[in-house]
Amino acid sequence: MSTALDHTPEHRSRATSISASIHQPASPPGVWATASTYAVRTIRQFVRTPQLLVVNAVTSIMFLLIFRFVFGGAIQTGEVEYVNFLIPALAAVSGLFAGGAVGVAEDLESGLYDRLRSLPIPRPAVLLGRSMADTALNTWGTVITVIVGFMVGFRVNGGLVAALAAFGLCILFSASFTWLMIFLGLVSGSAQAAQGMSFSVFPLIFVSSAYVPVESMPGWLQPIAENQPVSAMVGAVRALVLGGDTEALLGHSTSWFVVRSLLWSAVILVVFGSLAARRFARL
Amino acid sequence: MSPIPPLPDAPGGARAATGGLTIEAVGLRKHYGDVHALAGLDLVAPAGKVTAVLGPNGAGKTTFVKAVATLLRPDAGSLHVAGIDAIARPDLVRRVIGLAGQNAAVEPALTGRENLVMVARLFGHDSSAARAAAQVVLDEIGLSEDADRPVKGYSGGMRRRLDLGASLVGAPKVLLLDEPTTGLDPRTRIELWESIRSLVRGGTDVLLTTQYLEEADQLADHVVIIDHGRVIATGTPTELKSRAGLDVVEVRVRHADDLAAIAEVLAPLGTEAPHLDEPARRAAVPVLEGTKALTEAVRIIGERDIELDDIGLRRPTLDEVFLTLTGAPS
Repeated sequence: MSTALDHTPEHRSRATSISASIHQPASPPGVWATASTYAVRTIRQFVRTPQLLVVNAVTSIMFLLIFRFVFGGAIQTGEVEYVNFLIPALAAVSGLFAGGAVGVAEDLESGLYDRLRSLPIPRPAVLLGRSMADTALNTWGTVITVIVGFMVGFRVNGGLVAALAAFGLCILFSASFTWLMIFLGLVSGSAQAAQGMSFSVFPLIFVSSAYVPVESMPGWLQPIAENQPVSAMVGAVRALVLGGDTEALLGHSTSWFVVRSLLWSAVILVVFGSLAARRFARL
Repeated sequence: MSPIPPLPDAPGGARAATGGLTIEAVGLRKHYGDVHALAGLDLVAPAGKVTAVLGPNGAGKTTFVKAVATLLRPDAGSLHVAGIDAIARPDLVRRVIGLAGQNAAVEPALTGRENLVMVARLFGHDSSAARAAAQVVLDEIGLSEDADRPVKGYSGGMRRRLDLGASLVGAPKVLLLDEPTTGLDPRTRIELWESIRSLVRGGTDVLLTTQYLEEADQLADHVVIIDHGRVIATGTPTELKSRAGLDVVEVRVRHADDLAAIAEVLAPLGTEAPHLDEPARRAAVPVLEGTKALTEAVRIIGERDIELDDIGLRRPTLDEVFLTLTGAPS
């Protein structure tokens, strides 16, 4: 077997070394190799672009402080302190604020997806890698929210196990929302458009029980706010964090919220995952 | 006394001389709404050659490359790449092609090496093979020294070279280059041509698209001119240029009064009467043997002591090629 190392430089002509030294891979990469390769690249991109991490953190903190100290005083949340009402909600929706659509649109615009689609990879695995990386970034946002939350008076009453379960749910919700963001990024066509489309999820966040009790909304809006995915997710995290005695205040039992939130996550993941994969195949 | 026989060094030595076809498209069609990007394209790229697809913006060049790269599915027609039916088995085509698109699709936050290793992994190399392939390519494209710097510090030309390298880490049989030098300054363009030339000598078949006649001339053995999604001419660069129009001797005089005298000098050298542009003080005439005609013109003008601002020989432009081949400006 001759390899590149067998040839002295004079014998190794520039012309023939590529075909002589690189063998065609025996088999194409699998789902995991593809997803993890793209995820590692994307996480490196985040980590080496401090602006991304900082903007992400600053946005989370800004919203937290504004609601905690500006609007919070005017919002009636009964026996639950507003800070304890707010922080679980912010943690639950931090994935919706992260704007993962922009990164997807950038990779689309740069021509990276054309290259990836010309490679012998399982195509949907690229999106899986993106979802993994974006979930990691969102988790960073969630952690910051929780830390700053503790600094401004947030306290857990439901016990450590429940709190960890709540944190796990936050990661799960954010993972399912990454598929919505990936889909938006793929259909937007440009990073700027993706930025705009990311705002389209704002009604979903605000017309929910995340920032204010649904009962304070007009009657016609309440059923919408009550029955949409963000409210289910926020309710689940809140119920776990605040503990059993707040169940009555929240209107439903902890398990009612958790089951609904898991179902919603699954629906979002399946619907937008398959839409995104379809779109990616036909870019 | 080396026990290892030297590798064949002759240009094209490793190329398959089978006379087969690397790419064969028959009646290829693709439309977007009312726009027929490919309108029954019949195109062959012979094995062992560099084929250039030449045409203006919107001619269908990129659509064709995307079809070959299995990024889009043609509406009708047949397409074979390295003998594989690209419409029935795009997955197999992806194992033998390498694509470098119009943009340098490299990640600025990663180093050159990390970019190449990533693509090598996605070709199917395991971790150590990917690293080895990246190193070979880095040496080839002359980026070894900058390999561990982030790409955001690279010049435009270095990014394009890296992008070209990324298409090579899987040792593809067919290399697809979509307008590889668009947007580069002339010097960087020439450097990139050098890289492409030295890479393609190694035995990879190449299909490249370009808007520049000169680029096709520099790199390709076989040129296909397309417009409106159809092939309008094929041949070697020399054949096409001789069909497409003659060299032109162009003179600009210092004083407008001298234009008549210049016309008199140029008339016997050209294949037709000189074209005079009085406001620009310019005279131009198509000639058969460009350099001879230019030398002769310079000699006579020197004897007659006519003051010039400029004199030169120019090749027919792509516009003129189109004018001749299609009877309409591109």
